[in-house]
Amino acid sequence: MFGAGGGTTSYEEVEQTDLVILWGSNARETHPIFFHHVLQAIHRGARLHVVDPRRTSSAAWADSWLGLEVGSDIALANAVGREILAQGLHNRTFIERATTGFEEYAAAVEPYTLKEAERQTGVPAEQIAELAHTYATADRAVLCWTLGITEHHNAVDNVRALINLALLTGHVGRFGSGLSPLRGQNNVQGGGDMGAIPNKLPGFVDVTDDVERARFETAYGTALPPERGWHLSQMFDAMEQGALRTLYVLGENPADSEADAGHARALLSGLDHLVVQDIFLTRTAELADVVLPAAADWCESEGTVTNSERRVQRLRKALDPPGQARPDLEILADVAARLGHDWRPVTAEGVWDELRSLSRMHGGMSYARLDEHRGLRWPCPDEDHPGTQFLHARLWEQPRQGPPAAFAAVEFVPPLDVVDEDYPLRLTTGRRLDSYNTGVQSGGFASPMRKRRESLLLAPEDGRRLDLADGEVVRVVSRRGHIDAPVAFDRALRPGLAFATLHTASELDTNVLTNDAWDPKSGTAEFKATAIRVEKRGAEQPGRDPLAEPTGGAFGPAPA
Amino acid sequence: MSAVLVGLPKRLVTVEVDGQSVRVPEGQTLLEALRGQGVATPTLCYLENLAPVNACRVCVVEVAGQRTLAPACSRPVEEGMVVATDSPRVRHSRKMVLELLASSVDLSLADDEIKGWMATYGVAPERYGPPAPPAAAGERDRRRAGHHEPPDGSVAATVAQPVKIQDDLYVRDYSKCILCYKCVEACGEDAQNTFAIAVAGRGFDARIATEFDVELPDSACVYCGNCVGVCPTGALMPKSEWDLRQSGQWRPDDQQVTETICSFCGVGCPLELTVQDNRIVRVDSPLDHDITRGHLCVKGRFGFEHVQH
Repeated sequence: MFGAGGGTTSYEEVEQTDLVILWGSNARETHPIFFHHVLQAIHRGARLHVVDPRRTSSAAWADSWLGLEVGSDIALANAVGREILAQGLHNRTFIERATTGFEEYAAAVEPYTLKEAERQTGVPAEQIAELAHTYATADRAVLCWTLGITEHHNAVDNVRALINLALLTGHVGRFGSGLSPLRGQNNVQGGGDMGAIPNKLPGFVDVTDDVERARFETAYGTALPPERGWHLSQMFDAMEQGALRTLYVLGENPADSEADAGHARALLSGLDHLVVQDIFLTRTAELADVVLPAAADWCESEGTVTNSERRVQRLRKALDPPGQARPDLEILADVAARLGHDWRPVTAEGVWDELRSLSRMHGGMSYARLDEHRGLRWPCPDEDHPGTQFLHARLWEQPRQGPPAAFAAVEFVPPLDVVDEDYPLRLTTGRRLDSYNTGVQSGGFASPMRKRRESLLLAPEDGRRLDLADGEVVRVVSRRGHIDAPVAFDRALRPGLAFATLHTASELDTNVLTNDAWDPKSGTAEFKATAIRVEKRGAEQPGRDPLAEPTGGAFGPAPA
Repeated sequence: MSAVLVGLPKRLVTVEVDGQSVRVPEGQTLLEALRGQGVATPTLCYLENLAPVNACRVCVVEVAGQRTLAPACSRPVEEGMVVATDSPRVRHSRKMVLELLASSVDLSLADDEIKGWMATYGVAPERYGPPAPPAAAGERDRRRAGHHEPPDGSVAATVAQPVKIQDDLYVRDYSKCILCYKCVEACGEDAQNTFAIAVAGRGFDARIATEFDVELPDSACVYCGNCVGVCPTGALMPKSEWDLRQSGQWRPDDQQVTETICSFCGVGCPLELTVQDNRIVRVDSPLDHDITRGHLCVKGRFGFEHVQH
């Protein structure tokens, strides 16, 4: 944000802050050790507000849970902003000194009255006002979000709507006040920082910047494409159009993890050539022409990863990989050699030293210093630099250093997959504490918390309305496809809301249902908002009174 | 902008330790001050990443002018304090704590430091008589306060009982439990805040229990293993370690510990992988690391089965 794609704040600050907002994040289960820091803040007296359609285990710790309709985040955020303005609680000094676009923002949020937002979001007006007042008047506040914000067709607008609130109140760039996107994987942050995104070179250098690109071209000894590449969603579009015929997949399982998985599998199967490099024969690898067995990055290889507080830390090899599996770096170097560029021998440290000679924000992060300091937070430009605990302190300097931070006027646009008579339920997705993504890594250990087959979770009221018994296998239908799955009931869900994980596609093939429509700005598909209907399977039961109490143990304890 | 609170500068106070005058920062505990001065002090229930609970009393020292011995782990230093760490009263008290524990609890897996202190103080648990036979499974969990006959003194009362294995991740061998409360604190406010376990019962019947004594998989437990991580006597153990010990294959001399980063989310928790024969046999996190303070979640501590070949 404001030119640097990383969270502005650190875990230590979360412990020292006065207010934590978890927006579209169930950190208690998905980032458990981050939540330990939140808990320490709560024990110190900090308030916690949780914005989530589900009443999650994070919400159980909250002073207030704002159970909004899936995808209505911008309506809520704009109403919070409008209420802060209406009460005169905005930070005029900060806005004047450090921001641009305030007038347009103020005009854009004007229609989002508390009453209108209550209608759009389902959150009571008093709760919206309370969040606005608490946030604006807190000495320090940290606003965190996760995929509940970014897996939408308007992901970037969602994020901008939250950043607006921080700019409005000055809750950014100070110790204990900041914005923190909690990263879902151990190197989502690092991948972006390293330029593993289609529009950036390492260190957030835009590929279209001729002057900056020239530095890399000189160092690499080759010309680099000056235009942006495709992101994942564009690649699938290109496969559809026949423009992309060969794919090399490293450590990703798109056959299970892509939205509208049935369509994604067909496209992957139709490629001329598919290479998959992974630690397991995943569903994607099963479709491949060539499989390159890789070593696990976190324990069978050397390297670095970057976490949600921008801290670069070292991965170290503890195990020899099995069979023919080799570290990604060695495989890539061999592929390069076959293509006529022999970089060998390559070491993780050698690659890292080249990286930090080019990426200014990593310049001071030698392996020796990473060891000595237990990781360093970027920017860390030189070897005398201690790293940076929080970003954008410059916005508070007098006079302000660097460019101002821009407000963005953003409008609420509901999810694209509309809930209607044919598809009356809203399905959203997420993770469970003991599992991870498509289960490739977490499926192997015997978690005592996995007590039953993965199920479609429904509100008990919907179960009763649809005359469903706990564990009953139903047909779940979306506009993309259908799956057969057992249902279970979860009181964290309100009527009309359903939930599924994507941990075990063999039991619950959730992504056959999800919508692959994606945000044109970020390329992220709208996993979080699918319209579905649930159909009873098997013979109809004519004559049965639909209002009668369900037979069987519809609301009893889950079977062991 | 609001200022960053870093606290007031620490004043130094003068304390006399075993006849030597030393200057230590105000607000330190006696234990921190003693360790800072290189004075070795035994501890059982104390751990750097947990709040002191003052349960075991093995760290007691004598403070001049005070009627009772003071637990060093939690008593703050004061100006002019005169402290004796090796007086006959201190030695006697520490010996009794260790002796009573050793007579009733299996300390075979306690760390070498504790065994060293037992030798230093001449601990002789055998003088309480041969150990009483173990309780039947679940018997100690059902004992109620006040339903006891005085013992005849022919045997030493013990907490011996069968091992509890109720899932594939933990082994709970409460014959080795000294009730130090570390597991309770790690499950509670100091780290995990799940509150799945607490001390139930009174006196010699006190024990660690889940709610209503249900089996662990049916309890509130979320299997973070932070209780396992802090247990000082091997009463709580990862099943991976237990199985190797049972088969005689746990070989510390053949183990390497490597620090890396967990792969299961973006928090970046440091992991200490203990590896033997190219297999992970135990996962911990450094107690003094500011991201985890030694605490992990179920995936970080137990989610390594996919790299076991």
